[in-house]
Amino acid sequence: MKVEILSPEKNIFEGEASYVGLPGTDGSFGILNNHAPLITTLAKGQVRIKTDSGEQTFEVNGGTVEVLNNKVTILAG
Amino acid sequence: MAGGLKEVRSRITSVQSTRQITQAMKMVSAAKLRRAQDAITQMRPYAEKLQEILANVSSTLDSSEGVYSVEREVNNVLVIAITSNRGLCGAFNNNIVKEVKRLIADDYAGKNVHVLSLGKKASDAFSKTSHHTTEGYSDTPYEIFDDLTFGNAGDVATIAMSQFADAKYDRVVVVYNSFKNAAMQDVSTEQMLPVVAKAEKGGSAATEYIFEPNREEIVENIIPNSIRLQLFKALLDSHASEHGARMTAMHKATDNASDLLKELKLTYNKARQASITNEILEIVGGAEALNG
Repeated sequence: MKVEILSPEKNIFEGEASYVGLPGTDGSFGILNNHAPLITTLAKGQVRIKTDSGEQTFEVNGGTVEVLNNKVTILAG
Repeated sequence: MAGGLKEVRSRITSVQSTRQITQAMKMVSAAKLRRAQDAITQMRPYAEKLQEILANVSSTLDSSEGVYSVEREVNNVLVIAITSNRGLCGAFNNNIVKEVKRLIADDYAGKNVHVLSLGKKASDAFSKTSHHTTEGYSDTPYEIFDDLTFGNAGDVATIAMSQFADAKYDRVVVVYNSFKNAAMQDVSTEQMLPVVAKAEKGGSAATEYIFEPNREEIVENIIPNSIRLQLFKALLDSHASEHGARMTAMHKATDNASDLLKELKLTYNKARQASITNEILEIVGGAEALNG
């Protein structure tokens, strides 16, 4: 699935991933391929992205996530 | 006559160096303008996505209920005036100051208006008036352009939001130069609070989203963020406009200096010729007197 992390200042990450771990406001959760459409909010924490070449982590200060058609868009606050 | 020559020569030198300075400033502004425009482009995908999500979430919600959308009778107004830190950019800052004064005198006449200055020029114009405020801000908010980040812009917006929520202000407006193109800026007055419901295009309503935890809480989370983004966008726009305005102003100044230089050179050459003719006349006259 495609993953995008956007901030108002720049595009932080864009690429393919097999798993995304997110710090939801009601607890951490993960997103795998073919997840159902979802809109949710994030708390302060770490976003973990598993790609073919390994795992990357990003710090976010809250935000919003949309999952649609195998595309995860993370709006970092 | 020789004194006149010397005077013109020194004026030519001074105009020449002035032109060099204005030309350099124009180049610097052009480079900074490009960077400022990049920043606007960088923000656009984020802004569009946020708007889209907001439209999707709130399509069936009555969004006129949140703390930031309450319409109260307008008595206390906060005007956020965005100018630059430096001058030499034509009427750029003056337009903002004029518009804010017009708002105080006309639109909000008789109301209690406070002005929050972002940018040194606005601060200079209003810090001596009774409208000036920096209440609630720990440091000097007008220095925001020294370090223009979403975090810093967000802090200013957050303070304004909490003041609105506490009913300290009934309306918050932003006055700034919106960026049209490098040579054009428009003075815009935008209402920041209460939130104006935008005519939302009806998102991809066909998709059945799962909302976690629920629509209301997501909207409550997104709206403050979109308000912060609105202020950040105004600041970025103003920043790009500033460099555009300075570029135009410096271009004009360079042109004027070139014209002036042309005229001065003409005067200089005329004076030089006149003095040479004079000398010849004197020599011929002297020789004639000897022969006679």
